[in-house]
Amino acid sequence: MTKVLTDSRSIRIKGRSFLALVLSPDLPLDNWLEQLDDLAARSAGFFLGRPVVLDVADLGIDKAQLKELIAQLANRNVRIMGIEGARPSMIEPGMPPAMKGGRPAADFEVEEKQAEPAVALRNSAPVKPPVPEVRSVTQSIVISEPVRSGQSVMFPEGDVTVIGSVASGSEVIAGGSVHIYGALRGRVMAGSVGNASARIFCRKLEAELVAIDGIYKMAEDMDPQLIGKAVQLWLEGDVIMAETLF
Amino acid sequence: MGKVIVVTSGKGGVGKTTSTAALGAALAQRNEKVAVVDFDVGLRNLDLIMGAERRVVYDIVNVIQGDAKLPQALIRDKRLDNLFLLPASQTRDKDALTPEGVEQVMNDLKRYFDWIICDSPAGIERGATLAMRHADVAVVVTNPEVSSVRDSDRIIGMLDSKTLKAERGERMEKHLLLTRYDSNRAERGDMLKVEDVLEILSIPLLGIIPESMDVLRASNIGAPVTIADARSAPAMAYFDAARRLAGENVPISIPGEKRGIFGKIFGRKAA
Repeated sequence: MTKVLTDSRSIRIKGRSFLALVLSPDLPLDNWLEQLDDLAARSAGFFLGRPVVLDVADLGIDKAQLKELIAQLANRNVRIMGIEGARPSMIEPGMPPAMKGGRPAADFEVEEKQAEPAVALRNSAPVKPPVPEVRSVTQSIVISEPVRSGQSVMFPEGDVTVIGSVASGSEVIAGGSVHIYGALRGRVMAGSVGNASARIFCRKLEAELVAIDGIYKMAEDMDPQLIGKAVQLWLEGDVIMAETLF
Repeated sequence: MGKVIVVTSGKGGVGKTTSTAALGAALAQRNEKVAVVDFDVGLRNLDLIMGAERRVVYDIVNVIQGDAKLPQALIRDKRLDNLFLLPASQTRDKDALTPEGVEQVMNDLKRYFDWIICDSPAGIERGATLAMRHADVAVVVTNPEVSSVRDSDRIIGMLDSKTLKAERGERMEKHLLLTRYDSNRAERGDMLKVEDVLEILSIPLLGIIPESMDVLRASNIGAPVTIADARSAPAMAYFDAARRLAGENVPISIPGEKRGIFGKIFGRKAA
């Protein structure tokens, strides 16, 4: 028995990941900025129009120095889209937002625009840029304990399987499908990075909220006949569908 | 080395302090050395329930700040020789507790006592996290209603992540103590059933304490219910819970469910 859970239009809220350049300055900052100027001279416009994240995790600087660094970079036309590894107290309104949860990718190759002829000769065979590490889309994690109230499981890389219940006031966010071998009483967001084919499966549906690819459904919009049943949910167009499992 | 038990719940008013005092007194009556420690700095109550409010000279904050030695702050119970209370400070707040200070006090207590029972404040902030930090065993006090159950679930998550045991990769032993269980309301279906609570929290049951006037009466005379009226229903339930904590295998009975037709008639008379 297939039930249409939604008829009104919903707002889509999605996550999306982009590849950004990460700058990790070293102390003293004057020297580092000098090196940056040198790099910019050799490769004009390298930072132009590129998203740049400033990593200050291992840099012992205070708020004033961070502000100064951002201003110095702005003078060099380097626009910072976010700051990683800064203490919350160091960020104030007007500064780029704090970012976290980044994963390392391959190093960026700086193209030398005015390369000297000798170097060009030596490197006659073009060096292939390293292929960025591509993560398999079939990754998954298994959580063998109940997800407790207040806990948040986030796995944008793929599927999440929970052996146990997902409590009221907890959330599971997965890039792929979510499988719950227990009662679903909290919030589950499947396909959170734009995967409309993700599904949600649970032994007992008592969810506060379910979402697939940004389309969500609150508890009170769900068919009461499905509550307490083993259910799977999937997306057809902009509509969350659900049916009981046997 | 003594065992450290934290009595915690997340929600306030569910019976943490009552349970701390009752379990402490029950364990002390088994001839084991017991210290009950009040972590509710600023809103202390354990001294009242233990009937020691007029005997508090020094408290845990004095010990942590080095103004008093631990034996000076410990108050011996007048009825049980091997039951001691370490009171909280009423004039300070939870920021007066430091992680290093609490660790020192806990290590000292473990050398002298068989059981150290920590009465956690409500909430999930500093006081509660410091109370649970050094625990070997957690007693999660829950009432059979939804808000208490959800708060307990949150606390169980914190017991599995914010304690020293969890950080060392060990498993924290957790027990559910279901308090204020009203058999009449359970019969009418006004309350969460025992199996529902167990299904949501999925931790082993330590005991079910019936809602009773005896508990209030005991608080008012300043005695743990296991001393004030050892033969009352809640006291018996606490004694059984204490035996289970000590490792004995005692079957659990749900209050009110075993009563036959005669039990119902006599039970009503007694109530």
